[in-house]
Order: sequence, then C-alpha cells, then structure tokens
Amino acid sequence: MGEMIRMVVVLTVLSVVSGGGLSWVKNFAGPKIENQEMNLVKGPAIREILKDSEKDPVENRFKIQDGDTERNIFVGVFNGKADTVVLESSANGYAGKVGMAVAIDMDSDTIYGISVTTHQETPGFGAKAKEDPTFGAQFAGKSISTDFQVSQDGGNISALSGATITSRAVCASVNSATAAYKELKPQLAEHIKGMGN
Amino acid sequence: MAKSLVAEFTKGLWKDIPPFRLVLGLCPVLGVTTSMKNGIGMGLATTFVLLCSNMLVSLLRKLIPGKVRIAAFIVIIATFVIVVEQMMQAYAYTLFMDLGVFIPLIVVNCIVLGRAEAFAFKNRILPSAADGLGIGVGFTLSLASLGAIRELLGTGSLKGDVFGFLPYDFANIFGTGFQPFDFAVQAPGAFVILGLMLCAMNLIPSK
Repeated sequence: MGEMIRMVVVLTVLSVVSGGGLSWVKNFAGPKIENQEMNLVKGPAIREILKDSEKDPVENRFKIQDGDTERNIFVGVFNGKADTVVLESSANGYAGKVGMAVAIDMDSDTIYGISVTTHQETPGFGAKAKEDPTFGAQFAGKSISTDFQVSQDGGNISALSGATITSRAVCASVNSATAAYKELKPQLAEHIKGMGN
Repeated sequence: MAKSLVAEFTKGLWKDIPPFRLVLGLCPVLGVTTSMKNGIGMGLATTFVLLCSNMLVSLLRKLIPGKVRIAAFIVIIATFVIVVEQMMQAYAYTLFMDLGVFIPLIVVNCIVLGRAEAFAFKNRILPSAADGLGIGVGFTLSLASLGAIRELLGTGSLKGDVFGFLPYDFANIFGTGFQPFDFAVQAPGAFVILGLMLCAMNLIPSK
C-alpha cells in the first residue's frame, strides 16, 4: 500500500511541476512564436491575397476584442480607401487545425480572397488546399450571406479530389471567419475609418 | 565509478556512437538528414533533451519508484522536448518547419529513453551528464555527417546555418557539370548511405 501511494505521489508531483514549468515556457515563448508566424507564415500569405493593396496589410494591422479572445485584423487599402479586412480563422481538418486568412470586401460583403496559412494535411492531397490556387480562387467574389459548403454537401465549392475532409475544413474555417466578421462589422467599420489616407 | 567523466563523454563519440554503434533511433536519422543543416539542428535538439533528462533522472533516481520509472522518464523527457519545441519555434522557426513532426517525436526516441534507463537511473549526476552530452554530441556528429553526404550527393552543394549562426555555403563542390544524385536525398538513399557508413566504421579496427 505504501509503495502504491508513493508511486502516485511521485508521478503526480512530477506532472504538476512539469505542467507548471511548461506554462511558464509557453508564456515566455508565445509572443515570440506569434511574431515568427506572422513574419514567415501568415505575413506572406496575407500579403499575397492583398497584393494590390496600397499599404502593407501586415503593418496595417490591429487587434479587436471578440468575446473573450483578441483577433488580429489586417487591413487592405484600395484607391485610397480602407475597405478590405483579413480575419484569421481555423477549423479541424484531416490531421489537425487548418488555419486560414480570409479577406472580406466590406463594401459588397463578398470574399476578396482566401489563403491557407498553417496546416498538417497530407502532402499531395489535403495540402493542395494551400498549394493549388484554383481551389481557393473558387471563394473569391462570392457573397458571404450564405455559408460555404462543398458540392457533396449541397454547396457550390468543388472539393479537392481525395481531400473532402480538408475541403470541408476550409469551408468551415471561412464560415467561422465570416460569422465573426458579421458580428464585428460595426466595430471594424469604425476602426478602419480613415486608415486609407 | 572507475571510469572518469572524460571516458563517459568520449565513449559517445566513437565506441558507442549513435546511431552507428547502437543502431537505435533510426526514425529521425532517416527522416531529417536530407541536409546537413537539418541534421545539426535535430542533433542539437536531441543533445539538449538527453543532457537535461539524464541529469534530472539521475537526480531523482532515489525518489522514483522502480515500477513507474518508465512513466516518470517519459514525463521528464516530454517536458524537455516541449521546451525545445517552443524555443525552436520562437528562435528558429524555419528550422522548426523543416524538422516538423520529428521534434515532438524525440519523446519516444529510444536513445534518450535508453540512456535514462541504462545509465542515468544507475549513476550519479556528473557521470550521467557526461554520458548524455557525449551521446548527444555523437548523435549530432552522425546526423551532420550523414546529412552532409546526402546533401552533397543529392544537390552538389552544402548550404545552411546552425540555428541562424555560422552560415556556410559551399556551392558546386564537384564542379558545375555535376549531375545531382537524387537517390541520396530520398529515404532509400538514407538506408544505403547509413549502411555504407556503418560498414566503413567497422573496417576501422577498434581496440
């Protein structure tokens, strides 16, 4: 019995100390990792979607409170007017989170462009969501009033062949971005006013 | 404690050098050594985990009950692996993207667990640290040389840096007419080159 208790106590103490230490590491490294992702993964993807913007969307970003979380918003400027916002979102794919950047044109409430930023999908299949530009191009110009779905589910997005789960995740991710956008639109409009000049 | 600390350290460099002498932990060896840069990065990450886990296991060896030692080792090793993973993401993000899943997989690397079980759990802290460091440096050298051979044969050049420092760039070592040997950077090439290196090492007589 004594040995039993000792085993439980030792393992519990080890795990608690380890968890505590790691949460400190996470706090320390978290902001640095975010910067790195911003520069190396998300930044290039967002600049690619908004390549015609007159100002750099990554420098022109701000944070906004959405419920309990903070969202990064990237702003695109066209013809001297800030009218496009990029929201980040993610949904569960085949092998983990599929992270996306979704650009929305605020004047017409349509998708300006989308891009997959972070993912762990299968190379050659799901990974095409990031690599094959024709898949993401299907979203551009479409209205956000209805949710996006792949054609198998009755929507109008053709899924990547062999990667229906990933394609669904991309749709779900875009939908979550548009849902957040609809909720935050008044604040966003207030925020980006005058950012064009 | 007949053997000195130096002996514990140097055995990892030749006599027990992983993965050649202890043919263990081949998964990252085959997976990441497509270039010297990745080999060095993976080797150094593993060295850090080995050194820290060996020291901590040795320090706690009287407290950890024998029946749950493996579980305790895994907790200790996993903790250090997450530290490495976070730090690599924070300071060497591109390297982290190249190594990808192999960093978390250090948790189940049998070299790390093997040293904890076979050495650190039975020895005092300084010899354990020397052992971990020696095996780690040996592992790094192996991965770096395997990576260098594969990168040279596969691309004809050696190019990269060590965690953003010490950049090196040797372009077209075999001259510009060199036809890249793609096989070397693919997985089967890793097996063949690893085998040839092991063979060459066995030809050198050991005392």
